[in-house]
Amino acid sequence: MSEATGGPAILVLEDGRVFHGRSFGATGETFGEAVFNTGMTGYQETLTDPSYHRQIVVMTAPHIGNTGVNDDDPESGRIWVAGYVVREPARITSNWRAQRTLDEELRHQGVVGIALTGTRALTRHLRDKGAMRAAVSTTETDPRALLARVREQPSMAGSELAAEVSTRESYEVLPPEGVGARFHVAAVDLGIKAMTPQRLAERGCRVTVLPATATAEDILALDPDGVFFSNGPGDPATADGPVAAMRGVLDAGRPLFGICFGNQILGRALDLGTYKLTFGHRGVNQPVIDTRSGRVAITSQNHGFAVDAPLDAPFDTLYGRAEVSHVGLNDQVVEGLRLLDRPAFSVQFHPEAAAGPHDAAELFDAFVDLMSAQPASAVK
Amino acid sequence: MPRRSDLSSVLVIGSGPIVIGQAAEFDYSGTQACRVLRAEGLRVILVNSNPATIMTDPEIADATYVEPITTEMIEKIIAKERPDALLPTLGGQTALNAAINLHESGILDKYGVELIGANVEAIQSGEDRESFKGIVERIGGESARSRICHTLDECLAAAEALDYPVVVRPSFTMGGAGSGFAHDETELRRMAGQGLTLSPTTEVLLEESILGWKEYELELMRDVNDNVVVVCSIENLDPMGVHTGDSITVAPAMTLTDREYQELRDIGIAVIREVGVDTGGCNIQFAVHPTTGRIIVIEMNPRVSRSSALASKATGFPIAKIAAKLAVGYTLDEIPNDITRETPASFEPTLDYVVVKVPRFAFEKFPGADPTLTTTMKSVGEAMAIGRSFPEALQKAMRSLEKSGVGLTWEGEPGDKDELLRRAAVPTEHRLRQVQQALRAGATVEELHEATRIDPWFLDQMLRLEEAARVLAEAPKLDADLLREVKGLGFSDVQIGQITGKSEDVVRELRHALDIHPVYLTVDTCAAEFEARTPYLYSSYDEETEVPAGDKPKIIILGSGPNRIGQGVEFDYSCVHASFALSEAGYETVMVNCNPETVSTDYDTSDRLYFEPLTLEDVLEVVRAEQLSGTVAGVIVQLGGQTPLSLARRLKDAGVPIIGTSPEAIDLAEDRGAFGKVLADAGLPAPKYGTAYSFAEAKVVADEIGYPVMVRPSYVLGGRGMEIVYSEAMLADYIERNAEVSPEHPVLIDRFLDDAIEIDVDALYDGRDLYLGGVMEHIEEAGIHSGDSACTLPSITLGRDDIERIRYSTEAIARGTGVRGLINVQYALASGVLNVLEANPRASRTVPFVSKATAVPLAKAAARVMAGTTIAELREEGMLPAEGDGGDLPADAPVSVKEAVLPFNRFIDKEGEGVDTILGPEMRSTGEVMGLDTEFGSAYAKSQLAVNGSLPARGRVFVSVANRDKRSMIFPVKRLADLGFEILATEGTAVVLRRNGVHATVVRKHSEGSGPAGEPTIVQLIHAGGVDLIVNTPFGSAGQAGPRLDGYEIRTAAVVRGVPSVTTVQGLAAAVQAIEARVRGDIGVRSLQEHARTLTADRS
Repeated sequence: MSEATGGPAILVLEDGRVFHGRSFGATGETFGEAVFNTGMTGYQETLTDPSYHRQIVVMTAPHIGNTGVNDDDPESGRIWVAGYVVREPARITSNWRAQRTLDEELRHQGVVGIALTGTRALTRHLRDKGAMRAAVSTTETDPRALLARVREQPSMAGSELAAEVSTRESYEVLPPEGVGARFHVAAVDLGIKAMTPQRLAERGCRVTVLPATATAEDILALDPDGVFFSNGPGDPATADGPVAAMRGVLDAGRPLFGICFGNQILGRALDLGTYKLTFGHRGVNQPVIDTRSGRVAITSQNHGFAVDAPLDAPFDTLYGRAEVSHVGLNDQVVEGLRLLDRPAFSVQFHPEAAAGPHDAAELFDAFVDLMSAQPASAVK
Repeated sequence: MPRRSDLSSVLVIGSGPIVIGQAAEFDYSGTQACRVLRAEGLRVILVNSNPATIMTDPEIADATYVEPITTEMIEKIIAKERPDALLPTLGGQTALNAAINLHESGILDKYGVELIGANVEAIQSGEDRESFKGIVERIGGESARSRICHTLDECLAAAEALDYPVVVRPSFTMGGAGSGFAHDETELRRMAGQGLTLSPTTEVLLEESILGWKEYELELMRDVNDNVVVVCSIENLDPMGVHTGDSITVAPAMTLTDREYQELRDIGIAVIREVGVDTGGCNIQFAVHPTTGRIIVIEMNPRVSRSSALASKATGFPIAKIAAKLAVGYTLDEIPNDITRETPASFEPTLDYVVVKVPRFAFEKFPGADPTLTTTMKSVGEAMAIGRSFPEALQKAMRSLEKSGVGLTWEGEPGDKDELLRRAAVPTEHRLRQVQQALRAGATVEELHEATRIDPWFLDQMLRLEEAARVLAEAPKLDADLLREVKGLGFSDVQIGQITGKSEDVVRELRHALDIHPVYLTVDTCAAEFEARTPYLYSSYDEETEVPAGDKPKIIILGSGPNRIGQGVEFDYSCVHASFALSEAGYETVMVNCNPETVSTDYDTSDRLYFEPLTLEDVLEVVRAEQLSGTVAGVIVQLGGQTPLSLARRLKDAGVPIIGTSPEAIDLAEDRGAFGKVLADAGLPAPKYGTAYSFAEAKVVADEIGYPVMVRPSYVLGGRGMEIVYSEAMLADYIERNAEVSPEHPVLIDRFLDDAIEIDVDALYDGRDLYLGGVMEHIEEAGIHSGDSACTLPSITLGRDDIERIRYSTEAIARGTGVRGLINVQYALASGVLNVLEANPRASRTVPFVSKATAVPLAKAAARVMAGTTIAELREEGMLPAEGDGGDLPADAPVSVKEAVLPFNRFIDKEGEGVDTILGPEMRSTGEVMGLDTEFGSAYAKSQLAVNGSLPARGRVFVSVANRDKRSMIFPVKRLADLGFEILATEGTAVVLRRNGVHATVVRKHSEGSGPAGEPTIVQLIHAGGVDLIVNTPFGSAGQAGPRLDGYEIRTAAVVRGVPSVTTVQGLAAAVQAIEARVRGDIGVRSLQEHARTLTADRS
């Protein structure tokens, strides 16, 4: 049969559960934290989302690869997932924008994948037992030997990964033709997705993307109208550098917006705790309520950690009062923070979508509004 | 926002009889809505003329009106019940149109009834094509280029501008009635002419052809806070050009990237906002160009639709239920997701499986009808299947259809590749099979895409099947790995047997020996992200099973599969009732069915739902899974019609405990010889009959019996292939056309009783007592299929001794065959002799009608009897009346009339002419209505109102009858003349009338052509709108020129113009009584609850 798959492959979880399947994409052996993503569309965006660095992503949607791969949809310059688990990899590509097959792309980028029948069983296991370390191998035939190696891997809790995925050099994203640059935004790349600066640029922002190592001085030296902290991989508890940088921005009173990891950084900057979710939120159907308007947005999410903050009422912080602006309706997780006395807010979900619904795109407008209300000159 | 406190009562409008384009899905949605509203403490008033529905069960609403859905009747209900609000979005186009009429005639204002869940502007802007186009433009979307036309000339001019082919779409018609492609001016003239007539606003839209584009659908919901969610995306395997109801559809969409999908989602949300759908569900359809990605918004329905029922079943997100909650003020985030219980309804379901829906057609019932699939919906039912891959789901869906000739098969030779490609280019119900056979014959994905425009991805998935079949065929041994692999692709044991030259039983034994079984996974709305609390299960050859263990004894109910003519929603009704009754009696109920339209496949109906094909293999695996997780007390096969019944014997052979009537008893009733002995032993007369295995034998039998004879194949439902044969030549012709006649498929030949009264009986038997559920007297004479003829309960001409003979005979048959549960017997009373025509040891399609007419839950009682409770105990318990039964209703009991609804307006032949509408022994109706009133005339009038919209109270009647009917027509026609009708007649009929003192104007026959002075023929008159009622009884034989053809032209014109048409003299007599009742104008409304109180009071 001319299946898209190759020889035998195994997936081993750190608790000893083993799944047998067939090789898909590159051959070899890979390690990472096994997590599941429930999106039915957007595999290309998922693969290239830097937040998935060091994670083996299990797709719950069975048919993956049907629309192939194109050069327009990636969210970064490469595939970041450590390994890829699917049920039914496409044998052919069918989409007018497709340029090559997913299998070719995975091979080309050296990403080890596995096609296995029991993706639902695997998902249920991760849901019940939590995300855990895992390996996929097309070379090892003895699961016990692979398990021993899995247990030698570092766990996600305590991992500092942003610097590994961040840009080394700063670069600029300019507004599209016909849109004037009204604001200058400094965006700290902790694993930024390409769509984020684009959403800002569409709204008249010139975006300077800075490496994860950028300090408050580096940021303020650009004299930006607003500062953005991006999404990214790893445990926010380790992100002391970005936390310090954000505090410098807050001290300077510059409008600030954070997404995902950026939300966790804001939480830490406000001295709130962060914690690891059992299996996280990864998908494009997560309902989030705006606590002020009562409106619900269907959001794109990808986070394994969350901020611990009081949901019911505003609370005091180092930077004045703050409140939880958004709550996840599935499990009451904090999905957004807002300072009441300073121009700063952040969300745990992805308003830039890619993949996912565009319901929360207005948050970029809110950031632009903050910058309009407080021109940089006013606080200089 | 919590529920609105200013509402205390709501009127819900149902969708009326099952017709093509509007079927059982509205029973599902309406039932959900009524339950939700009642649970919210609202008084629910329901109107629906269709008795064969769960929603019209008296316990679903507070006041249930089985009355015609007309402005006049609904006003009477409103005046009586004074509801605060009207919810019109759950009863299809019928309910929506009724609501608009009530609004426009000022009735809603007059009685202060608020329309909820929709507003008139939104309905109109969503449905009116021109305004919808404007909406699409305003939100930045694109529509197909089009022109609105109100006259034929406008149509011709528009077509020149748009280039042929053009799509013709009449406005405000249901299920796309009257729409299609016009390739040239001739076709346009015909289609536009018909379309202008069909459209209530005399409006058709002509648009550019987007034939062959990819087709998608989104199901959306919106609440009062303007929160919108997309419940489901659906991709049609059949590209644009085939009505979505006739297409094979797949959920979720398979060939869109996230960017493209989000673009559809953004447009969908923008449209629902711009249209102004207040709250509730809506569905929107798109065409996407396969190589440029250009998106065209095709249409939207601002209401719950067939697709939303499918989406609900496909995702586990109950759209109708949520829509009802939104209509009374809740927001999505306030409503819990039933399945997870912990998460809210304000989310978008995500699927970790693939859903495939396939339509089921009935072209064999309409010889001459063009089988090409177009933008007019023609399917009568559908099956849905769920699998963990597209091939698995597709294979399961195809075998769920249970229709020979359309499924995927590896039997025999595939045929010539080029011929198959040529045929597959034209969409018909056989296309998927042709594609599969072409792959067998070596066609490539490219060749097939070229021929069919089906997306290459789907074709490649089908190629996977073919490649697997080849590996299987060449494998030296059927080992576990290979078997597991092909089972994972959905291959049935039957198919594996075809490929490897083994029987199904051998493959199953081999598979079981290797311990290869499917597992059962949960439809959980969230791809396992959260734990599911509702056991809604489907099979897959996957890793781990999720069947929860249970400690109560379980009863498995096998459903009836896809709706078809002869086996429709009535059987689902009985299955659902059994589930309710057995659940109350302490059993855990397990439903197995594959029909997404039904209440039985609502995950709320039974303790467990298996969405599975009803084949031996699939059912055996469900039984095994249930036995592993607890104790199976029994399996019920007699409620779901022929589908489960035909499995009974093999299930029992495989060791499955069948409860109720045994498979042996079922066989006995079907076996003419054994059954004849039962009758003979009890001294019951039956028409002479015989069984023949060849023409020679048939001729001998017919000669012995004497013509006319009724011939039919054995083991059929709905009179499939049944004909009345008057001569040896006709018999020879019949045998030739039914080439399947063989030792396994004999032909049954019965004496046909002319001029007999046909009687239908539903009864319960527990081995000791008989409970006569109801005795129905047919209005048409014997020879017309019972499913197509009107009947009345109580009977209106039978005497007490007739009833007693019926009771005695029914009991003798039930005892003789060994029935435990329901039995249906058909009798013909001719010359004072009660002949037994046939007996069916199962629930019949009249069970819901009888239950409603007599206010006794017959199906529930039957389920209890099957589970071992006696009739005496049920009488004591109160489920059955303490005394008496449906045979001895009080003399002043109200009369219920059941009338059939026929789908003739859906079918045209290759020349674009209508198909003939005469009734015969083969059932062709899709649904039924019930009229209930104090006496026959008004009850019959209501049934006609419910079917036709009306019978005229004045105007012109055209009469043309066969010679044998001339005598019996005189009195009723005279009565019509007395009532002030002008009588038109063909010459022969007019002479008879005039001699009997009835003045009749002679009208030219169609075959005579128009007269020298331009006098019109009757057909021209009908087309010109000059006739209000047609009485035309058929004569001459099929295919014969002259009178038969005249009749055909008349009846066809009647269908096209929507003129009520009576085709029997008995029907005429009833119609006259109904017209009298209308003229008197004293037709009132009465709820089933009031009806039940009357009957109970009368009985005690």
